[in-house]
Amino acid sequence: MSKKRKFKNIKGFSIQFLPFSEIKNLGSEERVSKILRIVRDKILILQGRINAEEETRLIERSMQMIGKNNNFKGIELAVISSDGKKGFFGKMKKGIVNALSGGELSAISIIGPATIVKDIKRNPKKLELLLNK
Amino acid sequence: MAFKSFFRFFTKLFRGKRDIKLGFYGPPNAGKTSLANRICKDFTGEQIGSVSKVPHETRSVQFKEEVNIEHKGKSLKFKMIDTPGISTKIDYEDFMKYKIKKKEAKSRAKEATEGIVESIKWLNDMDVVVIVLDSTENPYNQVNITIIGNMVARKIPVLIVANKIDLKKAKMKKIQEAFPEYRVVGISAKYGKNLDEFYDAVFDLSKEV
Repeated sequence: MSKKRKFKNIKGFSIQFLPFSEIKNLGSEERVSKILRIVRDKILILQGRINAEEETRLIERSMQMIGKNNNFKGIELAVISSDGKKGFFGKMKKGIVNALSGGELSAISIIGPATIVKDIKRNPKKLELLLNK
Repeated sequence: MAFKSFFRFFTKLFRGKRDIKLGFYGPPNAGKTSLANRICKDFTGEQIGSVSKVPHETRSVQFKEEVNIEHKGKSLKFKMIDTPGISTKIDYEDFMKYKIKKKEAKSRAKEATEGIVESIKWLNDMDVVVIVLDSTENPYNQVNITIIGNMVARKIPVLIVANKIDLKKAKMKKIQEAFPEYRVVGISAKYGKNLDEFYDAVFDLSKEV
């Protein structure tokens, strides 16, 4: 008879990658809802970024979820994009590309539940994800 | 340019003598209330709210009406709006680290979440916004970028204040590098350092309202 394995449950986490095409045609409120559904218990890596007003709505709605959903303590989020000192023509070119693609696809957004993601340390060149034990 | 000036003239004409709504935004514990208190005390003799080392001390929006700021022979009337610090997460256990009991910590956490929602709702209603950052902290926080992005989207003039420059760990340059497109003024709200430059900037931005 084989011995029973005595491994304790390992508290794991999932990472979900979401291409921008999945939210491109959604309205702002639906985008935020979709993201919130994922980041309740998973780390989301989103191609591109939502706009500043949607980010604010994401913060607002996650605040409203605290206390209502067990163990939900909010989110951690960070965006890295190719924003730089591009000058007028660089910005104009980027604006046209973004308008055609429906979003800033060169950016990457990382959003995770605060219960899993302790902190996201960010500087212009790197993102460092610190997870809770 | 001529059209812009013409538009401003008409906006001011119809606005009449309404107070300019000056909002203080930023992450928790950056010194928003300390700065608002400093201004209110200097020009009205009264404070706007209490300050504390415990984050989220301000958990609801606080106002001070008719604050008449006089600076270099000019005078402008403001409605000061001090907002709760915006963060993306609230954990009642963080309050317990400051020797606050569990029941009170939970209550504070609830109020803090409501305060953040209230802060966000007020974003639409500002004329000029001062974003107060702690110059000893990393400025590349997504909340700071999100707040500024919202101001840009709403075409609200923004001034970035790097507070706590009296501290050794203060890195004013890092904040300027993080937000190169904005005017950044380094101050110490606690000691009233460099407030002249702050008022210069506020008066300049108020011209855009």
